[in-house]
Amino acid sequence: MMPIIAQLPILQVVVPLMAAPLVILLRGRNLAWFATMAASLFAFAISMNLANRVREAGPVSYEVGSWPAPYGIELYVDAFSALLLIVVSGASSFALLIARNSLKHEVPEDRQHLFYTAWLLALSGLTGILVAGDAFNIFVFMEISSLATYILIAGGKQRQALTAVFKYLILGTIGATFYLIGVGLIYMMTGTLNLADMAARLHNVADLKPILVAGGFITVGLAIKAAIFPLHTWLPNAYTYAPHAVTAFIAACSTKVSLYVLLRFDFFVFQDNLPGHVAQFTAFLMPLAVIAIVLASLIALVENDLKRLLAFSSVAQIGYILLGASLVSVTGLTAGISHMFNHALAKGALFFAVACLAAGGARLSVTGLSGAARQMPLTMAAFVAAGLSLIGIPGTAGFVSKWYLVRACLELGPWGALLIAPVLVGSLIAVLYVWRVIESAYFASANQSDKLTEAPRWMLAVLWSVVGLNVYFGLQPTLPLELAASAADTLLFPYD
Amino acid sequence: MEFFGLYNYWVFAVLLMIGLYTVMSKANLIKKLIGMSIFQSAVFLLYITMDKVEGGTAPILKPGVDGQIYSNPLPQVLILTAIVVGVATLALGLAIVVRISESYGTIEEDEVREIDRE
Repeated sequence: MMPIIAQLPILQVVVPLMAAPLVILLRGRNLAWFATMAASLFAFAISMNLANRVREAGPVSYEVGSWPAPYGIELYVDAFSALLLIVVSGASSFALLIARNSLKHEVPEDRQHLFYTAWLLALSGLTGILVAGDAFNIFVFMEISSLATYILIAGGKQRQALTAVFKYLILGTIGATFYLIGVGLIYMMTGTLNLADMAARLHNVADLKPILVAGGFITVGLAIKAAIFPLHTWLPNAYTYAPHAVTAFIAACSTKVSLYVLLRFDFFVFQDNLPGHVAQFTAFLMPLAVIAIVLASLIALVENDLKRLLAFSSVAQIGYILLGASLVSVTGLTAGISHMFNHALAKGALFFAVACLAAGGARLSVTGLSGAARQMPLTMAAFVAAGLSLIGIPGTAGFVSKWYLVRACLELGPWGALLIAPVLVGSLIAVLYVWRVIESAYFASANQSDKLTEAPRWMLAVLWSVVGLNVYFGLQPTLPLELAASAADTLLFPYD
Repeated sequence: MEFFGLYNYWVFAVLLMIGLYTVMSKANLIKKLIGMSIFQSAVFLLYITMDKVEGGTAPILKPGVDGQIYSNPLPQVLILTAIVVGVATLALGLAIVVRISESYGTIEEDEVREIDRE
């Protein structure tokens, strides 16, 4: 009998996966919610434990069914995956706390247990991607999480949710299929699917052309899934029309998990094996990152719909993460990876505030919010605090990663100093679009027709605790920074 | 000879492009899904082709039979999983189209967009 602690990597996936069919049987809203919450919290506890183990003793490897890798299936948790496991299971747990109240208005009561089932499947898919150590399991878990996410988004009240989800389904499937082609081509040349084994065997591949093609397919396929600019077109509508709690959940983690796979492949598998890969990687992704930061922020600046505004800001934030990664330095990668964590905190809090606003009866557009702060002071104050973290004001989580990003740019010398411009411009535009919301909510005269009430206390408590986390990790950034720095180190020098 | 020897891969590439073109060019949502299916099927063909070993048979061990060449069973197993994923995606896509048809009364993309704009 092996101690349970050794089984944690597999339990991380199995607990939500097994809880999903259980929740179908639990009819009734409260019971289903309670079981989902318990499974999600359990997953969160596991991810914290794994993160501690990784910090103390380095990467954790787990052989499924005791079959040794590369023949058996290996689960592999290092600092990078541990950090994102915390993000995913934490986002799911907090979003579920909000969902308890906010879903009441959005999903019919007799369907809620099915909705929570899809939620658990999405959670197990996302965590599965992070623990999987081989390329094909990543594909399978990616499809599990995507299919479940489509269902969650289609649960939105407005009918535009359906068209949004159809677009996401088509693009997401194309992205995943591209990834599958890439994996197939690599398998053809190396005969292995285990990522570590793949990286080792690629050294001896004589003809690198298929690998180069595979690299292209994998990068573009995952870029669709990660909503890297210009392939982000599915994202704004999907975020806008999904139920609010779902938006908070997927905005906090789903694109980041795809970015994780992208970085894993580009650094872990290809970096040392394809000549000139680093230059190609930088030359391809850095311009996209810069355009994403500036252009998506500008679109957010003119957008009136509140959720759409935040969605475009998410596209811009993916640009920051990517810009950090495309610098290919330890500081740059640390900035990008810790920004995944910090942006999840900031954007999660903002979408929680949106859910609170909706629960209070506010109209979710910049003009529709006019005067809302007088009737919902606590919600709007939280929105402002989370907005500050999104902008990157010192003392909030968003500042830490942007500071690292600026430092990483400066490390490159005078040429890199040019790259600070988009970071600063993007942050300035973020000030403006957050200000537009504040101006409307605090200084515009109130809509006489709207009678707003402050959101339920339960939702406010969840919202403010996440805002508190934004401040806490702004002042005490050790946990995300340490994991991000160690992740950056393993990505850049995987064989030391 | 080289060209015909690799014809499976040509079929793969052609099917892939037919599927992708259908997804991008058709406005009818069902036709888009058909294109998506063709696109995915092309990849199935890629995997099935790569495991083929000249003269190989099904990988079943039989006592007394030595020196037999077997095809690689792994890609077949992998693609079985991918086929299941494809079926699930198609089913979900069709279910969404049914609901779009119920709430919009049409499954033509441009008409749906027209209704949304109003």
